[in-house]
Amino acid sequence: MILPKILIFICALVLSMSAYAEKINIAAAADLKFAMDEIVAKFREVNAKDDVDVIYGSSGKFYTQIQQGAPYDLYFSADIAFPRELAKSGFSFSEVIPYAFGRIVLWSATMEANKMSLDSLTSSKISHIAIANPKHAPYGKRAEEALRASRLWERVEPKLVYGENIAHTAQFVQTGNAQVGIIALSLALNPALANKGGYWLIPDTLHAPLEQAFIITKRAQGNDLAKKFADYMRSSATRTIMTKYGFVLPN
Amino acid sequence: MMHLTPSDIQAIWLTIKLAGVVTLILLLIGTPIAWWLARTKVWWKRPIGAVIALPLVLPPSVLGFYLLLAMGPNGPVGQFTQALGIGHLPFTFWGLVIASIFYSLPFMVQPLQNAFEAIGERPLEVAATLRASPLDAFFTVAVPLALPGFITASILTFAHTVGEFGVVLMIGGNIPGETRVASVQIYDHVEALEYMQAHSLSAVMLIFSFAVLLCVYTWRPSVKRVG
Repeated sequence: MILPKILIFICALVLSMSAYAEKINIAAAADLKFAMDEIVAKFREVNAKDDVDVIYGSSGKFYTQIQQGAPYDLYFSADIAFPRELAKSGFSFSEVIPYAFGRIVLWSATMEANKMSLDSLTSSKISHIAIANPKHAPYGKRAEEALRASRLWERVEPKLVYGENIAHTAQFVQTGNAQVGIIALSLALNPALANKGGYWLIPDTLHAPLEQAFIITKRAQGNDLAKKFADYMRSSATRTIMTKYGFVLPN
Repeated sequence: MMHLTPSDIQAIWLTIKLAGVVTLILLLIGTPIAWWLARTKVWWKRPIGAVIALPLVLPPSVLGFYLLLAMGPNGPVGQFTQALGIGHLPFTFWGLVIASIFYSLPFMVQPLQNAFEAIGERPLEVAATLRASPLDAFFTVAVPLALPGFITASILTFAHTVGEFGVVLMIGGNIPGETRVASVQIYDHVEALEYMQAHSLSAVMLIFSFAVLLCVYTWRPSVKRVG
């Protein structure tokens, strides 16, 4: 007789949790890691009773997961193409809202990257260069474009190692396993990484713009908190944080 | 229906090479460990056995994280390999081999240990009365009797290494022909929304895994017969 009681208790617990409406899950591209943490912390200060969770990962993976019914209420992609596709196929409640342009930098934990340029990558002192996987990570695609535009791709390709997303790429460099990497400026500006080695900003003339956008997903239709958070992205507090992490804001 | 690209085939070959090398090395390392565990009566065989079983329980991310730090330029293993002049192990095939040895160790040791324990004292005592040296008795008595155990252990080790993903992702760096194994290649296909290619390669893995398990289950009754 004990087992049914336990089951009823568990069911009641689960139901009471789902009845708690003011909750959102945000799926955010890995380059937003530090900026979004701050934004959410600020948002919580004014909306203390609401529950906001952020899941960081690669934009492409979230794109697939949302198509398969993942419980994300907002989706921040490092590449505007993914949310555009979702909107086209009816997975978006809002329109596609651009929030920033990303920049890529050369970064190292062990060498003075601020005195380097892309040409330095051919040096024999560098055996491994980390970039995000150009096949599916937006920052990796831009890194490849920049290397090709500088006519360095063929020479540095044998040294390349590929991170699953941009945070994973930074981790290869931070642990010293790759001497340098091409990562997001937003990550290089985080205090934990900024005090090491420095960074060199890669000219944005060398690659296509990293236009980033978010959507409120179809699932969050009628979720006031999702709407509130989307509005909060336009606030001056948010814009200050985004600028601090090196994002160029639209208009 | 099958559309394997040259890079898919390269990934499959690399996977087979990795699993093959790891199985051979683990046969050499795992056999004495399993033999010792099966025969010894010292109290600390239990903690040793628990350490060997750890990879069964630990998330691959824990193993990958420790290995990445240990084998990196600031880690003890990294400084050792640098002193030897072979550089650093992450992002290399041999780095994956080392990681897989840890990762697949229990799959080699445990079936072997069971097979050795099933033999019991008696056949070895008989061999000793016939003046066989311990080493002689091991190769002429224990190994033939434990042969099904060797086969099961090798197949499981091979298969488990093929199925490795998390550790490879963390220390591999996804280099074609070097560290981009089939499981990572499938992940990349899915991430790049290339579902057709992901399907083809996944189907190969599925058929392979089924064949492996079928082999293991076919061999299993003969293990029991030994006991």
